[in-house]
Amino acid sequence: MLGVVRQKVGTGGSPLTVAILGKTLPFLRAAATPLRSYSSAAKEMTVRDALNSALDEEMSADPRVFLMGEEVGEYQGAYKISKGLLDKYGPDRVIDTPITEAGFTGIGVGAAYHGLKPVIEFMTFNFSMQAIDHIINSAAKSNYMSAGQLSVPIVFRGPNGAAAGVGAQHSQCYAAWYASCPGLKVLTPYSSEDARGLLKAAIRDPDPVVFLENELLYGESFPVSAEVLDSSFSLPIGKAKIEKEGKDVTITAFSKMVGLALEAADILAKEGINAEVINLRSIRPLDRATINASVQKTNRLVTVEEGFPQHGIGAEICTSVIEESFGYLDAPVERIAGADVPMPYAANLERLAVPQVEDIVRAAKRACYRSVPMAVAA
Amino acid sequence: MSAASLSSSISVIRAASFANDKPALVSSARPPSSAFLGSSAGLRFDPLSSSAAGAGLRPSPVVAAAAANVVKEKQPRSSPSGSNLLITKEEGLELYEDMVLGRAFEDMCAQMYYRGKMFGFVHLYNGQEAVSTGFIKLLKQEDSVVSTYRDHVHALSKGVPARQVMSELFGKETGCCRGQGGSMHMFSKEHNLIGGFAFIGEGIPIATGAAFTSKYKREVLKEEGCDHVTVAFFGDGTCNNGQFFECLNMAQLWKLPIIFVVENNLWAIGMSHLRATSDPQIWKKGPAFGMPGVHVDGMDVLKVREVAKEAVERARRGEGPTLVECETYRFRGHSLADPDELREPAEKAKYAARDPITALKKYMIESNLVSEAELKAIDKKIDEVVEDAVEFADASPPPPRSQLLENVFADPKGFGIGPDGRYRCEDPKFTEGTAKV
Repeated sequence: MLGVVRQKVGTGGSPLTVAILGKTLPFLRAAATPLRSYSSAAKEMTVRDALNSALDEEMSADPRVFLMGEEVGEYQGAYKISKGLLDKYGPDRVIDTPITEAGFTGIGVGAAYHGLKPVIEFMTFNFSMQAIDHIINSAAKSNYMSAGQLSVPIVFRGPNGAAAGVGAQHSQCYAAWYASCPGLKVLTPYSSEDARGLLKAAIRDPDPVVFLENELLYGESFPVSAEVLDSSFSLPIGKAKIEKEGKDVTITAFSKMVGLALEAADILAKEGINAEVINLRSIRPLDRATINASVQKTNRLVTVEEGFPQHGIGAEICTSVIEESFGYLDAPVERIAGADVPMPYAANLERLAVPQVEDIVRAAKRACYRSVPMAVAA
Repeated sequence: MSAASLSSSISVIRAASFANDKPALVSSARPPSSAFLGSSAGLRFDPLSSSAAGAGLRPSPVVAAAAANVVKEKQPRSSPSGSNLLITKEEGLELYEDMVLGRAFEDMCAQMYYRGKMFGFVHLYNGQEAVSTGFIKLLKQEDSVVSTYRDHVHALSKGVPARQVMSELFGKETGCCRGQGGSMHMFSKEHNLIGGFAFIGEGIPIATGAAFTSKYKREVLKEEGCDHVTVAFFGDGTCNNGQFFECLNMAQLWKLPIIFVVENNLWAIGMSHLRATSDPQIWKKGPAFGMPGVHVDGMDVLKVREVAKEAVERARRGEGPTLVECETYRFRGHSLADPDELREPAEKAKYAARDPITALKKYMIESNLVSEAELKAIDKKIDEVVEDAVEFADASPPPPRSQLLENVFADPKGFGIGPDGRYRCEDPKFTEGTAKV
């Protein structure tokens, strides 16, 4: 019987807390407002600068790395991610292409077969659908089909997911599509540290990596430590990060949704619910160990994603938790996703089609059996 | 302007070279003087410097006409059976052996398929051997070849041992891809055969990327004299696909060392080329993008070889891509599952009479290059090679179960191997992000 009984999970000291891997910050992240100042942070960096610096450093370290895409050169990047790179490395390594996604993606894969390290930029990942044959069939599957003879050290990067008012054909999130394909690694950075570390790891990785950025995050600043600014910094692929430790409910999110999850965690904290926020960072391989360890600690799970709900990331996480931690669950898994409609244009409808902080708060409360049922508007 | 008189002489040239094209025409006799017209003609001329008609807007007609004159001046009048200057005895034997290997291998594949040793999709190359042999025998090991699903003979010509190809087709561990690729996905890093692609048109951007790498290595990585070229083989159906045009544009734009070889066998499964294409003359699509477009008789290995020589030399010199349309024919159906009901028996008979192997044999014997006995010895040797390949494949084990999960990634643990040779994820510092990468 559903009541208002809230099971209190054992507080700290559980061996599971100690066993959780991932970087633990010396300070808690508060709301994801653009400007944060913490006395312990060395400096702030926007995600855009983080990506730019990562590309710059990797291109200077390895002459086989080159950047190819539309407007990456003279236009300085459609979203200015590749600003300054053309001047520094020349048109042989920062290559403006005609509008031919299928063609230049295939060219990148062919170059990767022969040992170069292309970084293919899609103006948005919606345009990658024109090239998806090459991403999946010639990049992802080649190492397997050739029994290890041809590895494909390529990175496909670009903004993914909804921006602001760009309509249905420019707003889809492709994490679930690419993450279901063996042979690909799929990364979704959130902060500047994520962006730098994961992009460097992706470029150095000998396998095809789909690097899903987010346009609305490009301008956001995050504090970065001196370690992050070091040119040999990189983050492991396949490891999630616990952004905020908690004990009452686990909230998993990736990319922009991490910011919303952190805001929701703040709101929940005021109501006495101590949420743990996991920044997935890597969708494929998914860090099932961290997620399950967290659920085994908190016993409740809310998954948050921006994309379409059916067959999405939340569905996979939910199944993973049921397979490995079913006995630990005290409440059904709550899944927050975008609305199951193509993205509308009108601003108020767009707000309804993408998860908001209130949705996450409500779901967390439901998972904690603390919600007051409310009428749902269609 | 001379353009008008040029264009009328062009139509004469084109008509002559296309006399053999249309299936309805019964013209088995090749006009003796057309041995080189419309074939290597388009290549011996730099389109940019030829622009009498102004600004190189339409290089092709000027190229063809002027070059035809060049060819006529340079070459002595050749006899109907071709001049002895074309190949030496060693080259002739090499070409013959390669084509016979391709034919015998494919015939054996058909037998094995119907006996259940091979399965899935198998697409045979019978009849098109002249194209594969004509081009690939001119390449170095470092040059790359990209093909489609009809790739067994490209693999053999490029140097992949027959044993490995047959094992791959049987799905055995000793195959060139350890049984993981199959008929349509032949890869060999050693021989630079980079596929084997099932989707038509998929190989073309890959080949363009391989050519891009060659140029990049020379200009950015400063590898002196890196002049590797790439040859992309694909069919007439592919020439209506978007990726084909995207790559013609980019290859010419960046002057990449690539040769686009169209194996126009007139049929895409059951769709006739003439039913599917608004302008069936594929070689014309080259000049539309600024590169030479050449049409050649793909049933004659010597003609293909002449055109290929020029195209490969062009690419090696850094002059950019060439589009070569080889008129050829496949004697069997699209695949072994294709009942092949739509093609007229008369058309098949007409091309069977132009069998490239028989033609080369006839040429070499009539020119007194070789004796029948020598050719028979080669036939016998190839039969033994193919038999041996089948026995080897039969005797090879199937892949072990553990192979199912192998090779999905080059870097299976996801983090890579560090400078100390151990997996990075085993380094405790790695998860802190401070390890030396």
